[in-house]
Amino acid sequence: MALDETIKPEAETGTSRLNAIAAWPVRVLFGILDVPFRALQRLLGIGSMPYFFILPNLAFFGLFVVVPLFINFAYSVTGGTNLFMENRPYVGGEQYGFLFDCGNYLDPSTCREDRFWRGVYNTFTFVFFQVSLMVLFSLVTALILNREIRGRGFFRAAFFFPVLLSPVVVALIWKWILLRDGVLNAFLVSMGLDPILFFVSPAWAMFWAIFVSVWAHMGFYTLILLAGLQAIPPDLYEAAEMDGTKRERVFFRITLPLLWPNMLVVIVLALIKAVQIFDEVFVLTGGGPGTATQFVVQYIYTTGFANQIQNFGLAAAASVVLGVVLFVLTLLQLAASRRKDEG
Amino acid sequence: MAGTSTMNDRSVTRFLTARRGGASMHWTDVFSYIYLALGVALMFGPVVWLALSSFKTPAGLQEFPPTLLPLGQIERQVEGYDDPLPMFEVTMEDGSVRELAQVRRIGIIAQMVDPDDPGETIKVPIANRKPIREFRVAWENYTKPLERFNFLTYLNNSVIVTTAATLVTLLINSMAAFGLAIYEFRGRSAVMLFVIGTLMIPITIILVPAYLVVTQLGMVNSLWAVILPGAATPTGVFLLRQYMLTIPRDLIEAARMDKASEWSIYWRIVLPLSLPAIAVLAIFSVMWRWNDFLWPLIVLNRSEVYTLQIGLNAFQGELDVQWHYVLAMTVVALIPVTLVFAFLQRFITTGIASSGMK
Repeated sequence: MALDETIKPEAETGTSRLNAIAAWPVRVLFGILDVPFRALQRLLGIGSMPYFFILPNLAFFGLFVVVPLFINFAYSVTGGTNLFMENRPYVGGEQYGFLFDCGNYLDPSTCREDRFWRGVYNTFTFVFFQVSLMVLFSLVTALILNREIRGRGFFRAAFFFPVLLSPVVVALIWKWILLRDGVLNAFLVSMGLDPILFFVSPAWAMFWAIFVSVWAHMGFYTLILLAGLQAIPPDLYEAAEMDGTKRERVFFRITLPLLWPNMLVVIVLALIKAVQIFDEVFVLTGGGPGTATQFVVQYIYTTGFANQIQNFGLAAAASVVLGVVLFVLTLLQLAASRRKDEG
Repeated sequence: MAGTSTMNDRSVTRFLTARRGGASMHWTDVFSYIYLALGVALMFGPVVWLALSSFKTPAGLQEFPPTLLPLGQIERQVEGYDDPLPMFEVTMEDGSVRELAQVRRIGIIAQMVDPDDPGETIKVPIANRKPIREFRVAWENYTKPLERFNFLTYLNNSVIVTTAATLVTLLINSMAAFGLAIYEFRGRSAVMLFVIGTLMIPITIILVPAYLVVTQLGMVNSLWAVILPGAATPTGVFLLRQYMLTIPRDLIEAARMDKASEWSIYWRIVLPLSLPAIAVLAIFSVMWRWNDFLWPLIVLNRSEVYTLQIGLNAFQGELDVQWHYVLAMTVVALIPVTLVFAFLQRFITTGIASSGMK
């Protein structure tokens, strides 16, 4: 099975295949690049070469990720609607103060920036249900796919297929099904029920946002869990069988503990992704009805870019808040994957 | 092997403990197959429904309840009328059934003629007529958006972005991976720590400043704004480096003996040997770029530079959504990934299982 195969070095075939596919444009490109690199090597010696190999990557990454990470803080403490830093007055913690100005944190309508807090609460609801369902369904699917069943490769592929689809495609596929005159309502009517306006009811909109994102990403987590299940040594089960251990006990004492590191990775990864939910739901519901499915990332996008008045400072402050949450989750993730590598 | 009773007993165990063994049907097997069948229907069904719907005419799409297959009403050229007339199956008052062409409809009465004898007009209550339809594929859903709207441009932009970004990604990431895998140098562990530490910085938390950088570089509303920022991926560096670490050091030493330059060691020896890992990264990069949404949404504001995803989103967000075009273009957008899925699915699943990246 594909999962059991690790990628093997293929010296001979690899070389001939590269020659066959890439042929001359690649050779010309690398040939040209050879000139400066050879000159550098002659000038500065082998010892300096690693730096030149790493440089382009670090330059791109620094320019587009690391530098922005720092500028983000600068934005969050300046005001105005101008994009360029020199035209932005320093306002200190005003943006944060505005974001966190709430009469009662449990009630978004008492907050000055209630859209942000509605986004936060919607994101909490979404994350709670989406991650729970994601882990549950991935686990059940992985357990079933790990059994000796006919057509296992096909079934595994089937569950993986939606993972490849773009968020826009995913959203449009489901929007088409869920429309007032869509096929789901046709089914409801044929069962003698009334059609439901799914995108008019806040509860239904949230339900479908969760459902669709579980549908789209479940295959990914299933794969990780499946890899974990296949790594469990079979002799453990044989030994348990010899001892006549009860099946529930085998599941809770062997399968689950040994799968737990993978489960942790899946839970934290799913959390990190779910907190940043935007694409599918934005196309599916547009955040509506009202603000019922508007999440934190959409708040950042709307505040900074989509609104007539672009409030970059506020968007940056909200990004910092989101960044802190993600940082904590990432530390959890590193801890989880370290446990996995050790276990 | 043991007797049947223990076999049954064991297959329950097998479900919960997930191990392989001989086949004997049990309720857990039945449950598994039902679950899988439902799963396959749920995973593929919506996509199949989208594809079927994309071949329907606007009239066919408006039908409720919808038909499974794309059907079109038969039209016939009738003497004395300029345009072809739609054909109906009409139940006459005497209970006989005739095939008539509709001239016009006034309220609940339709004026119809017999196409073979167009002289006489017959008035029929619309409840008594049923359109005559045949299987017909509305190819115009596909051709018209490409001609009339900018979809050919969007498609083109998406192809350019995906190709260019993947090439840049492969080049600079494999170079960095080479540098980190082959050499011992001062600061290497610092760089590796940096790579791992930044593995998880998502674009969502640096939207505003990244937009500033792109603006300062004058790249807003050009495809470079989408191609370059995501090119350096720590995930890619990490994946390639882990793979390059397995390449025997002797090969490189031998090449150095032969006076090969470091650059030629990189591209003549290490790159070809890392091809499997590069292929995995290439597939991922193609998927990332083809499906990219939030960042292009921010930096591409003019219709000429829209990628397919952004164009689709703009098109479906219009007040009067032209679903027949939206559906067809959605199918176009999912063709490349479906091909990737069909031919390279094993590569991807292996890549995910071994690296945990998406």
